[in-house]
Amino acid sequence: MFSNILIYFVIIPLLMLGGFALCRTDKAVRTVAVVGSMALLALSVWLLVDYIALRQAGETAEMLYTGSWVWFAPLNIHLAVGVDGVSIAMLLLSSIIIFAGSFASWKIDNMRHFFMWLLLLSTGVFGFFISIDMFTMFMFYEVALIPMYLLIGQWGTGRKEYSAMKLTLMLMGGSAFLMLSLIGIYFHSAPEGGQLTWNLLEIAQNDSISRGWQYFLFPMCFVGFGVLGAMFPFHTWSPDGHACAPTAVSMLHAGVLMKLGGYGCFRVAMYLMPTAANDLAWIFLILTGVSVVYGAFSACVQTDLKYINAYSSVSHCGMVLFAILMINTTALTGAIMQMLSHGLMTALFFALIGMIYGRTHTRDIRLMGGLMKIMPFLGVGYVIAGMASLGLPGLSGFVAEMTIFVGSFQHTDMFHRVFTIVACSSIVITAVYILRVVGKLLFGPVQDEHHLSLTDATWWERLSTITLIVSVAAIGCFPNFFEWLIRFTFSPEIFRAIGLN
Amino acid sequence: MDYSQFLAMRQEIGLLIVFLLVFLYDTFMPKKALNATAGFTTILFLLFTVASFIWGNIGDVDAFAGMYSTSGVCSMIKNILNVGVLIVLIQSCRWANGELMIMRRGEFYELLLVTLFGMYLMISARHFLLFVIGLESASLPLAAMVAFDKNRYESHEAAIKYMLTAVFSSAVFMMGLSFVYGLSGSLYFHDIALQLGSSFNTTLVVALAFVIAGVGFKLSLVPFHLWTADVYQGAPTSVTSYLSVISKGAAAFAFLVILVQCFGQFYSMVWEWMLYALIIATITIGNLFAIRQKNMKRFLAFSSISQAGYIMLGIVGCNDMGLAAMMYYILVYIFSNLAAFGVIGAIENQTGKVEMTDYNGLSRTNPWLACSMMLAMFSLAGIPPFAGFFSKFFIFTSAINQGSVAIYILVLIALINTIISLYYYLLVVKAMYISPDEPQIANFRSASSERLGLWITVGGIVALGIVSFFYDSIMEAASGSALFAFIG
Repeated sequence: MFSNILIYFVIIPLLMLGGFALCRTDKAVRTVAVVGSMALLALSVWLLVDYIALRQAGETAEMLYTGSWVWFAPLNIHLAVGVDGVSIAMLLLSSIIIFAGSFASWKIDNMRHFFMWLLLLSTGVFGFFISIDMFTMFMFYEVALIPMYLLIGQWGTGRKEYSAMKLTLMLMGGSAFLMLSLIGIYFHSAPEGGQLTWNLLEIAQNDSISRGWQYFLFPMCFVGFGVLGAMFPFHTWSPDGHACAPTAVSMLHAGVLMKLGGYGCFRVAMYLMPTAANDLAWIFLILTGVSVVYGAFSACVQTDLKYINAYSSVSHCGMVLFAILMINTTALTGAIMQMLSHGLMTALFFALIGMIYGRTHTRDIRLMGGLMKIMPFLGVGYVIAGMASLGLPGLSGFVAEMTIFVGSFQHTDMFHRVFTIVACSSIVITAVYILRVVGKLLFGPVQDEHHLSLTDATWWERLSTITLIVSVAAIGCFPNFFEWLIRFTFSPEIFRAIGLN
Repeated sequence: MDYSQFLAMRQEIGLLIVFLLVFLYDTFMPKKALNATAGFTTILFLLFTVASFIWGNIGDVDAFAGMYSTSGVCSMIKNILNVGVLIVLIQSCRWANGELMIMRRGEFYELLLVTLFGMYLMISARHFLLFVIGLESASLPLAAMVAFDKNRYESHEAAIKYMLTAVFSSAVFMMGLSFVYGLSGSLYFHDIALQLGSSFNTTLVVALAFVIAGVGFKLSLVPFHLWTADVYQGAPTSVTSYLSVISKGAAAFAFLVILVQCFGQFYSMVWEWMLYALIIATITIGNLFAIRQKNMKRFLAFSSISQAGYIMLGIVGCNDMGLAAMMYYILVYIFSNLAAFGVIGAIENQTGKVEMTDYNGLSRTNPWLACSMMLAMFSLAGIPPFAGFFSKFFIFTSAINQGSVAIYILVLIALINTIISLYYYLLVVKAMYISPDEPQIANFRSASSERLGLWITVGGIVALGIVSFFYDSIMEAASGSALFAFIG
């Protein structure tokens, strides 16, 4: 079991948890956090390199590094792990954000407990991405949700108790539907008399879920994950939750946790129930189309920096689900790219907002102005994040959205056309709210003279910001590499939905 | 008569020996030695528990012309209850050694062991006469236990309420039995099933309704739950914890045995739908009422009502998997609920405070107690990686195994209810961890027996789920059982 490299994605955070429990000073906590998150980052980079090497050597299996160990024999529950390009991209994203997040919470109160909860959350995230067994996947999914309650409740700002409760209950509500659909899938996972299984690959191979059951189970599964992916009308937890969360939690939550939703929709709902996905996609296309536009419009009228960004996340995450529902290779590639791109860019946003808020003690854009003169580093960082968000070529947003819309336009019927055009319009609206914020916040006269005495970023803040900016630029400059990385997942015989389309 | 038949009752006999030793100790030992009654009983019971694990299981044996039957599952559920009782004994040491209890220490333990003996009989009875003896001896001594805090007015009120409901429910149960006897002419479970055949009969519906209502009182299923909150609040905390887990676990198992053994062939015709209604009402109403509670013991009373609804999901599936899931659920529930009651008891013994607002800021003054309470809440709510998640998952899986669309809807309702329950469990976590108010409870060091109890329960919460051994062995025992032979 311990010879499998993927297990270490769960073991390292758990070791870090144990390490924090032993720490007595803040300095020791920081050391453990930095060493651990660097180890995770190194591990995921190494995994990436090794994966590429294996693929180039001609490895064609769907999942690599697979391993499976019996856990609950009577129900055939295994601890099964395996990754393909998509999971590796997500693992890389998570470890980058945890790395940046550790630096962004360099000076938080009650640091030891904060990091313990944060690492429990990360354990869930990593566990989710490496699992290919529905039971363990679901377990890790819920492990990732519950620490949010205490993180927001204890370290948050504003109406934190309300937001924490709302977020937890809505996400758990989603997972209630999810649990039912996963159990339902299990009982139809093999032909009559066959050995039932929770393993995603085996279920896909058996392909034994009848059309009727797919119609019943697919919507529950998609909505279950869709709640976490902030699909309209289940997105309302997201603005409140993000606005009240402490910086690192917003980063991790918007950057990684919301990707769990998109990834789950793709990996479980679409992959196991392609027929229903194909037939029922239109319902969810309408909903996600609404979230794309609605999120963008809502962002235009907000005045709290975090709310603006939270609504923009609703819009961008809606785009991920929108692209997944297009069910073709191009759009799906775009969806994965958008997950990466949005994860990094929104983490960058939240990190910068946290840093600005830490200095000005307000997030209201009407009370701030001319910050570019006072804190040029943070100002430039914010502009870069904004440009990435509105899709400037050379940064990640452009690549992702371009791919998505090219993929969407491959559908020639009226319905898809209309919704693609509607979703496209969000690019323009995004530009409106990004430029509005940048103009008000960074340029123009200084609104408050107290702000003149503020300082620019410290070294740990710079490190956190630069890590994220470099990653955003990397995706923007080398899209081919990432496209190549995830392409193997979409070979037609594996993703049967494409064949159906 | 073949006296070797008594060997089949080895668990009961062992318990009886423990009871007699405690009784003799209490009666004949000098006054000074009576201070050690708690320790003596606990150690004796520990030995009995271990012995029962080693020698308790003798496979499927019927004794006394089929009146009494034991099997791997029966001895397993008895062992599970033993573990729970052991934890209750450990947790109640401080209370039992207190000033108030000086003259009554022995009685507490004797009554407790007698009720456990009654539950053993309920589990193993295959004849209604024996069953009723078990039911009564499990109920009536409990009323005396509930009244143990004789200086508190609520304790008396609770005892009267418990007494009256227990008697009333027994009467209802007997009424149902008389119908059953009228229809089948026998009180043997096996004969009843044979005599009733599979022909539908309206009287049978009435009979079943009475029988279910009678047992429903014990399990505090809605609408037979009205005594629960007052009794839980009024009874001493140790008795409440005993009442909420042990008595409930035994009744649930006995309920399953009666339903499948006597009325198995009417499953889909009659009682499947009765159970659906009961489960939905129990879970939903228990949850909705729990939201408004301010007193921790009342709060856990309503939470335990809704938990009973989840336990019933193991019965409704009517298969080995459901039996195993139910027993596993009871095991996990014992640990989670006793952890919660352990914290409540520790705080109550020290400060006398039981209101939820008293728990504000507890994490700052008593981090370990707060942490135990939080884990207990998470486990009751079904949050991984704690044991409650696994038990909930398995019980839902086993129910869905039955396969009809109706059961999907039932499980969906139960699942949505877990969200409501999560809300009120999180309220406790919120009071302890998030509330900015001044802490009400100063830092204190709880008694070593209380700490030992908490260590065991918290250890159980963490280990019972992740370590698959427990579920696997329960499943192994359940899969061999012949309980479901008559299901139709």
